[in-house]
Amino acid sequence: MPGSLTLWFLVLQRLGIALLTLLIVSFAVFFATELLPGDVAQILLGQAATPEAVAGLRHAMGLDEPAILRFFGWLAGLVHGDLGTSYVNKMPVAQLIGDRLINSLKLAGVTTVVSVPISLLMGIAAAMWRGSIFDRVISTLTISLISVPEFLVATLSVLVFAVWLGWLPALSYGADTSSFTALLKAYAMPVITLSFVISAQMIRMTRAAVIETINTPYVEMALLKGASRRRMVLGHALPNALGPIANAIALSLSYLVGGVIIVETIFNYPGVAKLMVDAVSTRDLPLIQSCAMIFCVSYLSLITLADLIAILSNPRLRH
Amino acid sequence: MKELSQTDPLVRVRDLKIGATTDSGRSVEIIKGVSFDIAPGEIVALIGESGSGKTTIALSMMGHARTGCEIRGGEIEIAGRDVAQMSERARAALRGVDVSYVPQSAAAAFNPSKRILDQVIEISAIHKLMPKAKAEAKAVELFRALKLPDPDTIGSRFPHQVSGGQLQRLAAAMALIGDPKLVIFDEPTTALDVTTQIEVLRAFRSVMELGNIAGIYVSHDLAVVAQIADRIVVLKGGEIQEVGETQMILDAPEHPYTKELLAAFEPVRHEALPISARAEKTPILKVQNLWAGYGPKRNGEPMAKVLRNIDFSLMEGRNLGVIGESGSGKSTLARAIAGILPAYRGDVLIDGHQMPPELAKRRKEDLRQTQIVFQLADTALNPAQSIGAILSRPLAFYHGMKGAQAETRVIELLDMVRLPATLRYRLPGELSGGQKQRVNLARALAAEPRLILCDEITSALDTVVGAAVIELMKELQRELKLSYLFISHDLSTVEAICDDVLVMYKGEVVERMAADKMASDATHPYSRLLISSVPKLDPGWLDGLEQDPELIARFANR
Repeated sequence: MPGSLTLWFLVLQRLGIALLTLLIVSFAVFFATELLPGDVAQILLGQAATPEAVAGLRHAMGLDEPAILRFFGWLAGLVHGDLGTSYVNKMPVAQLIGDRLINSLKLAGVTTVVSVPISLLMGIAAAMWRGSIFDRVISTLTISLISVPEFLVATLSVLVFAVWLGWLPALSYGADTSSFTALLKAYAMPVITLSFVISAQMIRMTRAAVIETINTPYVEMALLKGASRRRMVLGHALPNALGPIANAIALSLSYLVGGVIIVETIFNYPGVAKLMVDAVSTRDLPLIQSCAMIFCVSYLSLITLADLIAILSNPRLRH
Repeated sequence: MKELSQTDPLVRVRDLKIGATTDSGRSVEIIKGVSFDIAPGEIVALIGESGSGKTTIALSMMGHARTGCEIRGGEIEIAGRDVAQMSERARAALRGVDVSYVPQSAAAAFNPSKRILDQVIEISAIHKLMPKAKAEAKAVELFRALKLPDPDTIGSRFPHQVSGGQLQRLAAAMALIGDPKLVIFDEPTTALDVTTQIEVLRAFRSVMELGNIAGIYVSHDLAVVAQIADRIVVLKGGEIQEVGETQMILDAPEHPYTKELLAAFEPVRHEALPISARAEKTPILKVQNLWAGYGPKRNGEPMAKVLRNIDFSLMEGRNLGVIGESGSGKSTLARAIAGILPAYRGDVLIDGHQMPPELAKRRKEDLRQTQIVFQLADTALNPAQSIGAILSRPLAFYHGMKGAQAETRVIELLDMVRLPATLRYRLPGELSGGQKQRVNLARALAAEPRLILCDEITSALDTVVGAAVIELMKELQRELKLSYLFISHDLSTVEAICDDVLVMYKGEVVERMAADKMASDATHPYSRLLISSVPKLDPGWLDGLEQDPELIARFANR
């Protein structure tokens, strides 16, 4: 099979696997939420409701149909962009999530733009001057940051920047965002906190991936051609480390959508993670399911993207 | 800096000392005061076994020491300038321009993600020697001089798109692009098949002669060195044992170690054991119309068919050699016989009993009778287990031995392979290559087999060490009445231990003949090509060698 055909076959296969995974995940999400204790109709109507009223509401909400039928109905809705209606306030789930998702994506986007270039730069630089003071400082710092829980980072930065120094607003949401500097200020603290958490991992993984390729015979060959350290690392090692680096970045970024509940809570930032936790406390099944699916889709697409980059950066497949 | 006169050497090494710091922080001396000269245009071979320091010395000519090593003393003068005293920046300026390097494995030394031509002309880009177009034109000239196919377009390919022999010549072009005064060849043909090696050696020699370039040729193979070097430096343990003109070293070696190296080349005649009456009737191994391959199966046939219709038998107490080049299916044959790769057609009979193709369906008793020893002892031994534990495993599995009984047997087994009993407490990482291969052999013996499949077991060992392992195998055969299926690409090793030889080419057995009459009896054109391609200890061998170009075009793996 010629190289390019194999390449497209692998790409299609990877996309197929992603779709299949998504189907399995949706199945798991739907039935896991079904297992949540408590009856929705009962909760909505309160303790005083008569059994007839509860049964009537169950029927009206379609809850008395077999679970598997409701699953397919829900899945068909998802495919058409219909996320269902919230049990609690009767609003379409899509509308509830809409603004929150944009908020979450804004935060994730800004954090990505800040942390990815810095992490790559630091990771590659640490690998380039392996064993130097700079490398050791970076290694020590990143390992310390990984070990510190993020609520501590968040709380400490509120304490320092908002309470003692008064430079930044403690709450991001509802803060003044009229001018660019004000916007910058509003986002600074959650972005810094999140960047700390995800950069440490990215720096370490990038450093490891680059060092692994630096130890190959072709980089030694470049040295024996008289190449500078910069040429050896950027020209020879880095292109061959793209696959593992893309994977490290994807893993770290996937955390930004679903895993930021602590940061959203501390800074009172209305994102999707916070919405989902609220939904769990009110047993708003359609909302929980949709949030879970959003997290899964974002995670899956990042990982798939990283895999595709790894496949596409492999010269044996490309040529 | 003094002017270089006609009689001055190009390279002048005096009392060179290179040391290393081990992981445990201990300091060891690797090169213990080495001195030699190289005249302009002269090719000097550094010969020795692994650990002799030959590559370390060669790399120091470029001011490079591998991780953990450092140049600790002495002078390395290249064209009047001392590399040992230079700054790293000055060394970088020297690399590729004054001294350049041809690596052992070009396949590993080419960056997989860049086009060949860009890598070949990289030296001229780094040192700003000439415009890109001119460098590319020069590279194409070099490709032509090195007899590469499609010289105009081969550079636009990626490393994985050309063969090993071609890559090795492309690596030479890469080394020559900056018109160096000295080229270091680090075992450049060791990884190649013999039929490929000839063409590469010829190409190297002609470009070196044409440009009057001096060279350091690092190798463990005296026969290869004899074809290319003017002088030979014999190294052992980081010290020079003997230096002399190539012909002198070959004809009248003075140092005992040189004599030992040369002796390892002497063909050792193998005498067959007397065959017992019973064994004459049933062969210990009979292979009938065997087909095997890899990949997903369609209609019961795998995508990649590797073995085609293999047919042979091996009588008890006899040894059968399997020779052929890389990709000929030698190792696959061993795997199919052992059941690791189930054959999809044909039969394997061991001592007259038909074996199921799959390993899992074979009886324990059948498994016990046939053992396999792999090429790389490093990877075949679990690094986390002691030698004792490794040898106890088959004892428990096949014979149910435990405790003191097993320990006694482990000591016996180690004694059989001439290793001290205390070795059982060691980990594989603490053993030398030869010792590891002996442990590997002992593990096979633990099962008390009748047939041992040996897959290139001496290929990764030094000549002298490998010869000792062969000697041991012969002794074991006499004591234990073993039979060997001996797979190797090295014809002289096969000659030393085998009664008969199968020649394999592209998954088929093309010929079977007596091992001691390979040179005279071979009739198949491929066998003749293969046998005539093995270098001889005669400096005139390569010049005198005439091979039918049609045969080469048909069979050689270039």
